[in-house]
Amino acid sequence: MRVGVLALQGDVSEHAQVLREVGAEPVLVRTPQALEDVQALVLPGGESTTLGALMARCGLDQAIRRRAQEGMPVFGTCAGLILMARRASGGEPPLLGLMDVAVERNAYGRQRESFEDDLACPAVDPNPFRVAFIRAPVITGVGEGVQVLARHEGLPVLVRQGRLLGATFHPEITGYTGVHRYFCSLAASAGGVG
Amino acid sequence: MQLREVGTERVKRGLAQMLKGGVIMDVTTPEQARIAEDAGAVAVMALERVPADIRAEGGVARMADPARIKAIMAAVTIPVMAKVRIGHFVEAQVLEAIGVDFIDESEVLTPADEQHHIDKRRFRVPFVCGARDLGEALRRIGEGAAMIRTKGEAGTGNVVEAVRHVRQILDEIRRLQALPEEELMTAARDLRAPYELVLEVRRLGRLPVVNFAAGGIATPADAALMMQLGCDGVFVGSGIFKSEDPARRARAIVDAVAHYDDPDAVARACEGLGEPMRGLDVRRLEPAELLQTRGG
Repeated sequence: MRVGVLALQGDVSEHAQVLREVGAEPVLVRTPQALEDVQALVLPGGESTTLGALMARCGLDQAIRRRAQEGMPVFGTCAGLILMARRASGGEPPLLGLMDVAVERNAYGRQRESFEDDLACPAVDPNPFRVAFIRAPVITGVGEGVQVLARHEGLPVLVRQGRLLGATFHPEITGYTGVHRYFCSLAASAGGVG
Repeated sequence: MQLREVGTERVKRGLAQMLKGGVIMDVTTPEQARIAEDAGAVAVMALERVPADIRAEGGVARMADPARIKAIMAAVTIPVMAKVRIGHFVEAQVLEAIGVDFIDESEVLTPADEQHHIDKRRFRVPFVCGARDLGEALRRIGEGAAMIRTKGEAGTGNVVEAVRHVRQILDEIRRLQALPEEELMTAARDLRAPYELVLEVRRLGRLPVVNFAAGGIATPADAALMMQLGCDGVFVGSGIFKSEDPARRARAIVDAVAHYDDPDAVARACEGLGEPMRGLDVRRLEPAELLQTRGG
């Protein structure tokens, strides 16, 4: 399966590596044309303001929104999730506005508060796995159609709405493959898209 | 059962990974920081003076006033970096206390210690350090740096030294990969680098941390050049706010880094930007005027 990774900025190569490890073919997406060629899309970690500006400048925001509406599966981590959220608690306008969640940016504090921890998420893995929260956002509200797959200290950190998956943490920098495997099987079962 | 672990090597290096493919801009005021953020900078470096002014005005260059850094932190949501003098671990403690996201132990400021760098493992906040060659990069990583940048020659608007340094590092990595295993201890000795890091670089074929370009980048084409040479992102110091139209140039450099391998996109970014910073011929600088030879 050809899985795009939005490659305008962020930890693109880390996602591409994990996708290869779970048997998908990563495709770097920097233009709307490149997006036509993928069956699913990963929005990486990075800086959400930078990614938002760069997507808008090359028309990728509209292209991604259109493909997502047509059913393309999308997985966002950290900044990627911020791009997907419909609401921001700071009142900022949504960037892609795909998923019915509200997020607050940098909600754990500055970099010195960034941390790693084990996460329990039976939907993905019977065993807890190690993930990193880096200047992470917090999901402050979830809509009715949104399923909370994992919580950390009571807060939702992995959420799913149909073919959309969002994580406030980074599974890709600890080399953990389970969340990507989950996304790829979700995307494969979406079937025949693109 | 759950216990957060803060300040680990992974979360320090991880923030640098999130900055990849981005541009980090030197700023001296909250207004400049907002211009940088609007242009799409992934982070700003909060300074008292940009390197070109440090070079012109002389005197001892120190950590910026914490009040100035805090005003910049309040103005933007992107990470804020700030510089400390080489070896000045108390300046680093101050920056950590006020919550700076990344500390640059920088040759651009006047060194506080001519023998030793800061023991960066003691800090929760990650550090970036400059390097001119592989040995220097690995010594800094050995001290705990979570990110490396080329030193280049700051404040000159001349990319030649940054190109020299990135080519040097990549060349030395390729040499390591070609060596038989029994020669690696001698290679580590010659590089004056920790043996374990030499093994790791040979296995990975790259540095174990993110590597940005810095020191003399002034145009979108300079920035795309550094990306095509293999850097993970760029720092632009004096190049933006010493140019005629900073907002426009800042945005153009961001666009050129995002689309560095597309000449049409870089061409569009280069168009109609007004005057770049004036720039200096590095060969005409006296040895004492070079910043890159500080630390080692």
